[in-house]
Amino acid sequence: MKPTLSTSIGTLALERPTILASGILGISLDIFERLYHAGAGAVVTKSLSKEPWDGYVNPTIFSVKGGGWLNAVGLSNPGAPNFSKMISSNNEVPIIVSLVGSVEDDFGFMVKQFENCKVSAYELNLSCPHVAKVGLEVGDDVELVKKIVKKVKSDTNVPVIAKVGLGTTNYLDTVGAACEAGADGITAINTIRAMAIDVETQKPILSNKIGGLSGTPIKPIAVRCVYEISSKFDIPIIGCGGISTWEDAVEFILAGASAVQFGSVLGEQWTEVFAEINSGIQNYMEQKGYSNIGEMIGKAKGS
Amino acid sequence: MERQRDPNSHHICSIEKIIDETPTVRTLIFTDEVLSNVLPGQFAMVWIPGVNELPMSVMITQEKDKAAFTVRKRGEASTAMYNLTVGDYIGVRGPYGNCFDIKDGKLLLIGGGTGLVPLLRLITFCKPSHDITLLMGAQTKEETFFEDLADKLLEKNKHQVIAVTEDGTYGKKGFVTDVLEELLDENIFDAIYTCGPELMMYKTVKLATSKKIFVQASLERMMKCGIGICGSCCIKQDLVCRDGTVFAGDYLMKNDEFGQYYRAKSGVLEKI
Repeated sequence: MKPTLSTSIGTLALERPTILASGILGISLDIFERLYHAGAGAVVTKSLSKEPWDGYVNPTIFSVKGGGWLNAVGLSNPGAPNFSKMISSNNEVPIIVSLVGSVEDDFGFMVKQFENCKVSAYELNLSCPHVAKVGLEVGDDVELVKKIVKKVKSDTNVPVIAKVGLGTTNYLDTVGAACEAGADGITAINTIRAMAIDVETQKPILSNKIGGLSGTPIKPIAVRCVYEISSKFDIPIIGCGGISTWEDAVEFILAGASAVQFGSVLGEQWTEVFAEINSGIQNYMEQKGYSNIGEMIGKAKGS
Repeated sequence: MERQRDPNSHHICSIEKIIDETPTVRTLIFTDEVLSNVLPGQFAMVWIPGVNELPMSVMITQEKDKAAFTVRKRGEASTAMYNLTVGDYIGVRGPYGNCFDIKDGKLLLIGGGTGLVPLLRLITFCKPSHDITLLMGAQTKEETFFEDLADKLLEKNKHQVIAVTEDGTYGKKGFVTDVLEELLDENIFDAIYTCGPELMMYKTVKLATSKKIFVQASLERMMKCGIGICGSCCIKQDLVCRDGTVFAGDYLMKNDEFGQYYRAKSGVLEKI
């Protein structure tokens, strides 16, 4: 019998450990269905705000010469009220709704919009590195993180996941605050603040000048973070950052992740990457004699 | 040694020549071997440093290794691009997207405005045996362009170029889709290719598919990444940048956003 790919983040059970990361493609239910059928265990929506946001002027995404992707999309999204209407007919795809806001009441308002939707979990964006007063600026304020997590936990019964990144506060303190406030899981990490300047025109390429770096170059940093979080806290982790192959996914699981997210890789490969990574993980498990993902989680930590 | 070119990073080119096509349309020519050889229907993301970045179909030129963009000044970004002068830099990445599937026989090409760009490139991929009708629409005589170029490109083929203007100041009067109906009554085409305003493409695809004629359309949507990451250009389950820009007519007719809705920058669907 083939090893099973099923895994869980608290009470969120997934058939497969590969999740579409937030910000990537997550704009219509039709795409979610397509990616789910392509092998995604779950999809995370674009981070939704109270109102529609246009995001930044282009260029917003490009690849960095030498490796990795730089983006400052600026959290463009149709807004939680529009989005909840759009996914209200969903009854098939495990959808993790990503929320972005500045104060706990923003999050409370948005959770309310999804009362009549099938939502598998909420992921709180405490880590977008290129928009003021939300994302990473919120994640850096541990007291605010506690208030937000508590608010969402009290307003919903579905699992609440905090997505953390590398800001000015030690990210482990942010994780600690989320755990203390009752979070069911941690997604680590987001893109890392970065910039690129074109030497011919002598101009920053992103319209926002500063954005977030994703892709292969940040993978070792993300693996380190997952390893540190899993060593210090007893909470399910979703590993994210630079995953493009099944080996990368396995590396995160060995570091302590129960599932993985990826997105930038879709710019190079296409939707078939979900099935490729799933079958690669499964073959690895078969070869190493694992029957389920749980047996592999954190294996690199030794004991 | 120059590092191998990454299609997703900006390649900087400088504008070498500018052609005024109409009072609102210009063609900007630059040297770039990669973009000079793109397939009809493919596009590039064009960075106007310090201003914006736009998806643009790549225009043909008469010279080897030269590529071009034909731009109409409309919004802030396209106006900035239109106002570029010789020596100014642009950054290009791509090419992206799929291309038209060129059938043998008698072809009908229907375009409006800058939507003619991929159709002219399509002509350069045709064989001398192709019988080609190009139906080109514009609002006025003043805004009609590419007619001479099309005639020149088609000189070795059996062909006809039909200009149509909305105000009747040049060629036939009306919309290209009105002339299309007449053409379809009198001719049997093996394939139809269209690019231009969405309602024009919608009418074309609807009419062609109702007569069971093979038809393809090259679509346009708001784009940010151009590579299938951001989702801005999605039309139901498909990404125009990655699954398109060219889609088969019978497939499009099953897509209820085609000809009906357009996604705004925030991703909100708006009626066309």
